[in-house]
Amino acid sequence: MKFTLSWLKDHLDTSASLDEIADKLTLIGLEVEALVDPSETFANFEVAEIIATAPHPEADRLQICTVKSGGGEQQLVCGAPNARAGLVGILAQEGAVIPASGMVLGKAKIRGVESRGMMCSGAELGLNDDHDGIIELEAGASIGSPAAVALGLDDPMIEIGITPNRPDCLGVRGIARDLAAAGLGTMKEDATRPIKVEKKGGTPIDVSGESCPVFAGCRIEGVKNGPSPDWLRARLSAIGLKPISALVDITNYISYDRGRPLHVYDADTLAGTVQARQAKAGESFVALDEETYELNATDCVIADDRGVLGLAGIMGGLASGSTLQTKNVLVESAWFDPVAIALSGRHHNIDSDARYRFERGVDPASVETGLALAVQMIVEICGGTVCAPVMAGAVPDNKKTVRFEPARVHQLTGLEIDEADMQAILTQLGFEVKKGKPWQVDVPSWRPDIDDATQGADIVEEIIRIYGLDEVPATPLPQAAGIVRPSLTLAQRRAGLMRRALAGRGLVEAVTWSFISAEHAAAFDVAQGLELANPISSDLSHMRPSLLPGLMVAAQKNADRGARVINLFELGNEFKAATPGAQRFAAAGLRAGLGGVKTWTAAARPVDAYAARADAEAALAACGVATDTLQVLSVDTANGAGCYHPGRSGILARNPREPMAVFGELHPALLARFDIDIPMVAFEMWPETVPEPKAPKQAGSDIARPALALSNLQMVRRDFAFEVESPIPAADIVRAARGADKKLITSVRVFDVFEGGQLTEGMKSVGLEVSLQPTQATLTDAEIEAVCEKVTAAVVKATGGRLRG
Amino acid sequence: MQDETGAVETRIMDAIAAATDLSALEDVRVAALGKKGEVSALLKTLGGMDADDRQRLGPVFNQLKIRVTEAVQSRRATLEAEDMSRRLASETLDMTLPVDTDPQFEGRIHPVSQTMEELSAIFASMGFDVAEGPDIESGFYNFTALNIPEAHPARQMHDTFYLTAEEDGEPLLLRTHTSPVQVRTMQAGDPPFRFIAPGRTYRCDSDQTHTPMFHQIEGLVVDEATHMGHLKHTLEAFLTAFFEVDNVAIRFRPSYFPFTEPSMEVDMRCHRDGDKLVVGSGDDWMEIGGSGMVNPHVLTHAGIDVEKYQGFAFGMGIDRLAMLKYGMPDLRAFFGADLRWLKHYGFLPIDVPGLAGGLSNKSLAAK
Repeated sequence: MKFTLSWLKDHLDTSASLDEIADKLTLIGLEVEALVDPSETFANFEVAEIIATAPHPEADRLQICTVKSGGGEQQLVCGAPNARAGLVGILAQEGAVIPASGMVLGKAKIRGVESRGMMCSGAELGLNDDHDGIIELEAGASIGSPAAVALGLDDPMIEIGITPNRPDCLGVRGIARDLAAAGLGTMKEDATRPIKVEKKGGTPIDVSGESCPVFAGCRIEGVKNGPSPDWLRARLSAIGLKPISALVDITNYISYDRGRPLHVYDADTLAGTVQARQAKAGESFVALDEETYELNATDCVIADDRGVLGLAGIMGGLASGSTLQTKNVLVESAWFDPVAIALSGRHHNIDSDARYRFERGVDPASVETGLALAVQMIVEICGGTVCAPVMAGAVPDNKKTVRFEPARVHQLTGLEIDEADMQAILTQLGFEVKKGKPWQVDVPSWRPDIDDATQGADIVEEIIRIYGLDEVPATPLPQAAGIVRPSLTLAQRRAGLMRRALAGRGLVEAVTWSFISAEHAAAFDVAQGLELANPISSDLSHMRPSLLPGLMVAAQKNADRGARVINLFELGNEFKAATPGAQRFAAAGLRAGLGGVKTWTAAARPVDAYAARADAEAALAACGVATDTLQVLSVDTANGAGCYHPGRSGILARNPREPMAVFGELHPALLARFDIDIPMVAFEMWPETVPEPKAPKQAGSDIARPALALSNLQMVRRDFAFEVESPIPAADIVRAARGADKKLITSVRVFDVFEGGQLTEGMKSVGLEVSLQPTQATLTDAEIEAVCEKVTAAVVKATGGRLRG
Repeated sequence: MQDETGAVETRIMDAIAAATDLSALEDVRVAALGKKGEVSALLKTLGGMDADDRQRLGPVFNQLKIRVTEAVQSRRATLEAEDMSRRLASETLDMTLPVDTDPQFEGRIHPVSQTMEELSAIFASMGFDVAEGPDIESGFYNFTALNIPEAHPARQMHDTFYLTAEEDGEPLLLRTHTSPVQVRTMQAGDPPFRFIAPGRTYRCDSDQTHTPMFHQIEGLVVDEATHMGHLKHTLEAFLTAFFEVDNVAIRFRPSYFPFTEPSMEVDMRCHRDGDKLVVGSGDDWMEIGGSGMVNPHVLTHAGIDVEKYQGFAFGMGIDRLAMLKYGMPDLRAFFGADLRWLKHYGFLPIDVPGLAGGLSNKSLAAK
């Protein structure tokens, strides 16, 4: 919402400065977004007179002008056809910034003749499209006076952001009212006079349907439309509206002055009765923006006997609007249902000042006062004979009385305010207070936002914003005695631990978009309905079913930028179905490119799936899983692992029915689908698959560690090498060895694996280190030998392999 | 006899001094002190002497044995030291060669996560729990329950992403703010409430300070007596702790949010020092979030008795808080997963924010 200082002062009698007004506006909830003082724009421009001209010796179309300004006389070269002695215009001095071009004016030599300063055209000053000649001011303009004053552009413009609850401040008079209540002056009387009827008979008007309860119109005959007077043009220009013609400008002016949209029809284009009604299917019309709109039954339209004239409260029609030839007019002042206007405006995607106001709620009382003001201004500016106004329907009664308990102010704000002050503020804002228990507060017709069902909060807000929010005393929240209890849920704690465990493994945390492209979504079987209806780009159109696509794309981008070791992880939600809550919290890590660059101790090595498994185990361990008890299952035993290389991946699980994580090399076909040209290994893990620890029988009893039994007896370690068929998993061998003597054997470790050499084709050698920890007595050689034989027997039985000599 | 002893001693001492390695020295020792050594032989003669001679020569021979033993030990120590020096001289490594970096100094925590942990730590100290809610929401929770009915202009101002799927005839959407968590959490429990709700939020918008996905934190306190003064103190205390300065004053500006009444924008005191933002002092104000007293309509939708309960709510952008504190210039980079950016602005895993040690460890920042 834009207005100028002088415009505000039409309604507010105040001695406050511009800065005081601006500060107060912000503090009462009318946030100042911009302050533009045009006199700053014209700081180096002044009124000057051409006192003599002489032809330029080198150019027929140029003249050498002697110009008199406040600082004396100077010579400049001018090409304007209207440059002549006696012309008083606007002189830009050296250093001036020409508004239209942004150019800084310096000394110049034009075709060999020195030229200081420039006489300006309206176009150069950004005032209009007049390129043909320099500005000619009316005689009497004082030489040397500031250009802004001479051009009537010294009126500061204020732009404020109006929140949707304050339609009353979409008119300057409403803003003035708020400022007056806040102590910055007094409201001036409204100078609108009742309509003085000069002629009988008007345009017949009717209303039907629910969207338009009242439609008032007034016919004025014999008007003369033309350019608006300067003051009106200046005001509209100052707020960025283009002056068009007096009839149009007057309606725009009242829209901003009173928040009251109006429409002026060329009455000679109308046929029969003008009525507000619901549109009929199949109807259409050409609007002022020259677009054709197809209407439907939910739209409220203004129509005559021939058809639709305009979309009610949103935009008028091209055919029935006023033109410079218009002689007889019908002025429309109506009230439309805000919801109907909002839906209709949204459906047709039309933004207009009228829609903006109607959908927020125009003061119904302004149907009559707005019409009277419009008629008054039209007659003043365009003349004409006023016919009797016609009103169809009735002004809706939006009178409201809310109950208000003054103690609510203290309850909600912590602030003690005198009841008399409360009453004064409300009264100034147009509320009528009837004291009692509780108070009965009549709400003014221009405040549709005030609601009786907020326990008085709406009234408290009115009081406190005017009284001053600065006064609210900062008060500590009451705190329970003792130390605050932990605030995080188990899932939140796990997320924090996983994050640090994964970063501790050298992975860098990324936050990637929750949405991915359709193509990538297809590769991951995204569920029905997870597509955005209005994506911001085709790359971000589907909710991610997995964290992998985002990480894969990110890793490739890093590789494209030259990164070689790319280690990323992310914690976040995967979306499984189009339902609130059908999201699963996941951790995923991705290693791409090299596992390590070449160093002086080692060659460069590619990423390998074992690192991904270690990452997965770290995430699980951070959630409290004893990872040494997990099985590694092959991916084809579970669903949803199709993005991994079937031979180089695995599932980590406590048992085959409860998979907790999946890891491995990404499937080459998937990489190809993503146009990825570097190797990638990844893991995915879902913390919700990790059961919550059982609640202890007694609070805190699960914190102490179990007793530690240490043996002082010498540990014995023995190495074995078994030759087994290559496909036999190492885990089977380890499990068999471990099971040979569960009491004595405390660990079995694979320290060597190889194929080839002297081994038969299809066989491999697996080296195991078995640790024996006696607890009763030191082991004798015979006892050790017996255990070793049990280990060998168990492995041979389980794998069909043999002990190598 | 004594002269003879002196000559033996001189010869042995010369031989000890002449031994250039440990084995030569051992030969000398055996020749002197061994079973058949010269000194041992002298000592053996004592047995055949008369008492006077034994009385006289016993000490002489024993002293000789002691001196020879000491001389051998001393020479051995010297030779061992020389051996060690030679060995050490041959055993050098170039200790300037690079070592492998520990992975825990290679990994990073994203600034949004770090900031969320800071927020959790601060609000935990004021007794706030951490609540969560779904990213995909219904129109009811995102709007209607928050007092934003269909056709309300505020709905249009949210730049909402809609899904193609519907629920109860209304399209599902991506939550435009974390405020739906207020309603869900209140519906699931009983007052009093005191929680924050951080999370991902979505709006159809993109420029230097807007991305289609971003992070917000919601705060809610509902009980029988909490008022705007408590809100003011809570926010001041939070901002003071978060920005790690002595005191951050805030200013309330009246505003409008359908889910609070009265509604206030929150500005914090700050000033610019060159390009740098200094929080807590100066004459400027920077908008930091929205807040207000929970609108009774919202409490009613959440099943809370409005005759008895009231409270405040606030919302802030987490990414923006991180940018203001840690100096990232462009929000879009948060979600670009550029390793160079993440390494520079990210946090080490050992850098766990806590109130006891201070939230940020400046010495651990990326170099």
